[in-house]
Amino acid sequence: MSRSLTHHGPLRVAIVGSGPSGLYAAVELLKKNPGAQVEMFDRLPILGGLARFGVAPDHAVRRRVTAVYERLALASGRYRFHGNVEIGRHLSHQDLLAHHHAVVYSSGAASDRRLGIGGEDLKGSHAATEFVAWYNGHPDFRDRSFDLSTERAIVVGNGNVALDIARVLLLSTDKLRATDIADHALTVLASSKVREVVVLGRRGPAQAAFTAPELLELESLDDVDIVVEGSVGALARQVRPEHALRLQLIDEYARRGVLGRPKRLLLRFLTSPVEILGQERVEGLRVVSNSLAAQNDGVIVAKPMDSVGIIPAGLVFRSVGYRANAVADLPFDEARAVLPNELGRVVDPATRQPLTGTYVAGWLKRGPSGGIGANKVCSRQTVAALLEDAAAGRLAEPAELADRFDRLLESRQSALIDYRAWKRIDRYERNQGAATGRTRVNLSRMEDLLRIAR
Amino acid sequence: MAYVIIGTCINDGACVDVCPVNCIHPTPGEAGFATADMLYIDPTVCVHCNACAEACPIAAIMPADKLPAHLARYEQINAEYARSRPR
Repeated sequence: MSRSLTHHGPLRVAIVGSGPSGLYAAVELLKKNPGAQVEMFDRLPILGGLARFGVAPDHAVRRRVTAVYERLALASGRYRFHGNVEIGRHLSHQDLLAHHHAVVYSSGAASDRRLGIGGEDLKGSHAATEFVAWYNGHPDFRDRSFDLSTERAIVVGNGNVALDIARVLLLSTDKLRATDIADHALTVLASSKVREVVVLGRRGPAQAAFTAPELLELESLDDVDIVVEGSVGALARQVRPEHALRLQLIDEYARRGVLGRPKRLLLRFLTSPVEILGQERVEGLRVVSNSLAAQNDGVIVAKPMDSVGIIPAGLVFRSVGYRANAVADLPFDEARAVLPNELGRVVDPATRQPLTGTYVAGWLKRGPSGGIGANKVCSRQTVAALLEDAAAGRLAEPAELADRFDRLLESRQSALIDYRAWKRIDRYERNQGAATGRTRVNLSRMEDLLRIAR
Repeated sequence: MAYVIIGTCINDGACVDVCPVNCIHPTPGEAGFATADMLYIDPTVCVHCNACAEACPIAAIMPADKLPAHLARYEQINAEYARSRPR
C-alpha cells in the first residue's frame, strides 16, 4: 500500500486547523518524535480556532490555553504556522501529502445543526454558532446583523453554548465591556432591549448538558432572576450520579424563585419547538410540551403531548449543536458529520481501510461534544496512531523535498501569515486593549488583520 | 491548605500529569473523564505542593484560602467529588 518510511530526514506532518485539537496534536507529535517537523495551517490569519471564536468573551481566561500550547510548540524549534491558507483552495490534500509524511485534519465543526421546523429562515431566527462567531469577532461573521430590539429571546438547546448566549444577552454593558467581546457586538448589545431569555430543553433538567460550573456561574448575574419550569417527573430528574450537582444547582434556582430583578433567564424544560412564527420576521415560537419515556437502551426520549402554546419573542437562536463540513478530497460520514476514522486514521467508509498518511483529530473526528481538554486525549490517540504507522513503515515518503514546500506555498498565497505575523496581530490586539482599559480588542476585518500582520 | 480546582477548568489534565500524589480525578485514564464537568482535587490527599497550579494552562487551581468569595463553593465541590467518586 505504501513505500516504507526510510530515513530521508525527519517526519514531516501537516496539521490543518489551529484550534485546541490541532495544537494538542502538534505538541504531542513534537514531544513524542524528537525530530518531527510540524507545519500548521489555518484558513484565517489567526491562531486558536474555537478557543478564540467559540469560547464566550466572559470566559476569556479559557482562551489562554492556546497561548500555552503555542509556546510549547514553538519552543521545539520544529513548528511553523501558516495562517491565511485554506486547504482545498490554496493547497490540496494531494499537495500536502506530496510534501509531508502525514496530514492531520483538526479543522473542527464550523457549521450548525438546524431544527428542521417551519420559519427557520425568518429574520430574527439565527444559528447560535453564528451569533457566537459574531460576538467573538470572526471575520466571516462580523457583518452579520442581529436585531436586539425585542424584549424576549428564545434559545433552543440545553448545552453550554445556550447558556453562553443567554449570559451575553443578559450581561450588563459594563460587564461586557470588561471582556474581549468584539467592538461591533458591544455596540449592538449596549442598546439591546432584551430583558428575558428563554432557554428551551426538550427533555428534563437531568438530561440537560449544561455543566455544573456554567450553572453555578449564573449566580453572578445579579440583576437577573433565574426561573425554572418543567423540572418535574421521575425521568426528568433521573440524573447520572456524576451529574448530580447539575440537578442540585437547577433545583436551588427553582427554590430561590423570583426576586423581582429587572431581567429574567427562564430555563424551560420538557418543551420542544414546533414552528417559528412571523410574517416578515420572528414574532414567536410555537412549542409543544413533552413527556419523557425510557427506551430499552436506557436513553430517555421526549414525546410530544397535545398541549401546544406560543411564546412571543423577536429572536430565536437554535443551539442544538455544531456540525462539521465535509473536507475536500476526503470521505465524509454525513450522518455523524465526521471524517470516517478508526482511532484517528481516516478510513475508506466502504472497506474501513486507512487512507495512507491521513488522520483526523478533535470535533471533526468524534463529533462536536466535549470541551477544550477532551481534545487532548483525542489528539493524543490520533498522534499515537500516526507514530505507530510511521514506525511500522506504513507512511509514504513525500515525493517532494522539504525545501520546495515554501516555494509552492508562496506561489499559491502571497499574503501568508507566519507565526511572527500572527504575534504582531496578537500584540497589537493586547496593546489596543491596554490603551482602552479592556483585556484586548480583537480585530475582525480581514484587511485590518492583514495590515497589522505586515 | 489544600488546593482547589475552580469552574473555569477545561479538563486539560496537565495538573494530573504533575501531581506527585495522584490526588486529581478523574484522570484521563479513568472512566468518568469523558463526562466530567471539571477535574477535582481530593483535599485529604493533596500535599499543597503547588505543582498543579503551576501546570494549569489557565490558572484554574488555587489554594483554598485564596479563593475569592464567588468561587468559595468550589472548595466543597472538590471535597464532595473526592468523597463520592467511583473507585
